[in-house]
Amino acid sequence: MMTKTSTHAAVVRSVTKTFGPRDVLRDVEVTIDPGEFVALLGASGSGKTTLLRILLGLESVTDGDVFVPESLTTVFQEPRLVDSMRVWQNVVIGLSGDEASRQSAVSALREVGLEAHADAWPGTLSGGEAQRVALARALVRQPDLLLLDEPFAALDALTRLRMQSLVADLCARHRPGVLLVTHDVEEAVLLADRVLVLKDGRISLDVPIDIARPRRVGGHHFDELRDEFLRELGVAERGHVPE
Amino acid sequence: MTQLIDSKRKHHAHESRPAFDGGVTDSEGLRRPIVTEKRQRSRRATVSLRVTVPLLLFALWWILTSTGVIAATTLSSPAATWDAFVNLLLHQNLLGDIGISAARAAAGLAIGASLGLVLGITTGLFRLGEELLDSSLQMLRTVPFPAVIFLFIIWYGIGETAKVALIALATLFPMYLTTSNGVRNVDRKVVEAARTFGLVGQRLVRKVIIPLAMPSIMTGLRYSTGVSIIALVFAETIAANQGIGYLVSQASSLLQTPNLVVCIIVYALLGIAADLAVRTLEKYTMPWRRHLAVR
Repeated sequence: MMTKTSTHAAVVRSVTKTFGPRDVLRDVEVTIDPGEFVALLGASGSGKTTLLRILLGLESVTDGDVFVPESLTTVFQEPRLVDSMRVWQNVVIGLSGDEASRQSAVSALREVGLEAHADAWPGTLSGGEAQRVALARALVRQPDLLLLDEPFAALDALTRLRMQSLVADLCARHRPGVLLVTHDVEEAVLLADRVLVLKDGRISLDVPIDIARPRRVGGHHFDELRDEFLRELGVAERGHVPE
Repeated sequence: MTQLIDSKRKHHAHESRPAFDGGVTDSEGLRRPIVTEKRQRSRRATVSLRVTVPLLLFALWWILTSTGVIAATTLSSPAATWDAFVNLLLHQNLLGDIGISAARAAAGLAIGASLGLVLGITTGLFRLGEELLDSSLQMLRTVPFPAVIFLFIIWYGIGETAKVALIALATLFPMYLTTSNGVRNVDRKVVEAARTFGLVGQRLVRKVIIPLAMPSIMTGLRYSTGVSIIALVFAETIAANQGIGYLVSQASSLLQTPNLVVCIIVYALLGIAADLAVRTLEKYTMPWRRHLAVR
C-alpha cells in the first residue's frame, strides 16, 4: 500500500470559471486537508456544483489551477446507477481484477447495509437504497477525496437523516477528504469540520465547526452557526419576519 | 471498517508519477484533474471533417482509374463519368428522370411512413391493437419486398401504382417498428400526470405521446427514407420507361459503364438529400432537443 505523501486532499488555486458572459467562479481558493470534511454552502446557481465538477474533471477551468489525488470518487445528486447491471456490478463498475470481485462489492455493500441486495437490479431499489449503492460505489475505491454533490437532496426527510448519519459514520472510519456541496445549512453544520459559503462566485465565509461529535441538530452554538450561514445566504433568521 | 481498507490494494498507481507541478509544495502527490469536458468544435472544422472521407474516396477513385489499375470497362474514370453526366443532362433529360424518380420515392415514402406511423401508434398505445396486429406485421416485415414486386405487377400493371406500392410497403415496417417502440417507451409518469390534468384521448396523443416518441419516430423516418431509395431501385429496374432505373437498365444492356456510374452517384445523392431533409425536419419537430444534440 502506498503511503499518502500528499499534504492536501485537494487544492483549488485562484480558479475562475466563465460560462459565456457570466463569471460563475471568481478567483476561488480552497484547500482540503487529508481526512477533512468540508461543506460548501451556496444558493442554487451559485456555482458550487461547477466547482465540484471542475474537481472531477467534468469541466475545465477558465483560469487558475486545480489539484486532486489519484483516487477520487463522487456521489451525485441522483444515484446514476446503470440499470442493466446488478447492484454489486454497479459497485465495482470500472474496476478490474481482484478489485472488481463480487466479494469486495459485497463488503462495501455491507457497510451501507445492503449486502442482501447485491444481486438485485437497480430498478427495484428505493431512492434511498439506490443512493446507498452509489455511496458504496464511491467508497469501494477507498478515495483520498470524496466529492458529494447534494447526495441527500432527492431523498425523503427520514431517509435523509439516516443517510446523513451513515455518511458521517463512514467518513469518520475511512477518513477521506470530503467536499460536500449542499444548500442545506443544518446538514453542513451537522457533518462538516469546516463550512465554506460560496456567494457571487467567491468564497465569502470560511468557518471551522467546533461542535463535538457525534452531533445533533439544535443547541445554542449550533443555532448560532446556522443563523450566521443563513444570514450570509440572504435568508432571514427563523422567528423573524422578513422585511 | 478494516476489511475494506485491508482486503484490497489501494487504487493508486504504483509507479512513480511525473511531477505535475514542478516546485509547488502544497500540491505534492496530487495531480490535475483529467478534463473530459466536451470541446466545442467550430462549424468550419465540423464541415471539413464531414467531407474528408468522401474527398479521400474520390481521390482514390481518380488515382486508381487514371493510372489504369482499374480498367475503364470495369469502372469509368471521374472524367469519363463527368462527360457521361453532361451528355445525359443535355441530350437525355437526366433532370426529368431524377424528378420522376424522386417523386416516386417521395410518394411511396409518404404513404408507407404514414401507415407505419398510424399502425405504430395504435400498437404502441393499445394492448388490443398490439395483440391484434403486431404478430401479422412482424410476419410481413420479414418478407423481402423485391419478392412482392411481381405480384404487384400482376395486380397493378407496370404503371406508377406498382412502383409506389412497393416503396410504400418497404418503408412501412421501419416506421412501424420504431414508432411502436417509441410510443411504448414514453414516460408513463408524464402521461399519467397529463391525464390527471384532463388531457385525454386524441389530444393526449397529439400533444404528449407523439412529441415524446418523436426521437424514435424520426429514427424510423430516417431509416424509411433510406429504404425508399433502395425500393426505388428495385421498382424502376424491373419495369420502367422513365426514371433513373430506366437509365440503369439501358446503360447496362449497352455496357455503358460511365452512364451506370452516373446513375449510382445520382442514387447516392438522392439518399443524402433525403437524409439531410429528415435531419432538418428533426430540428424543427423537436425544438426542445436542439441543445442536446449528441453530435
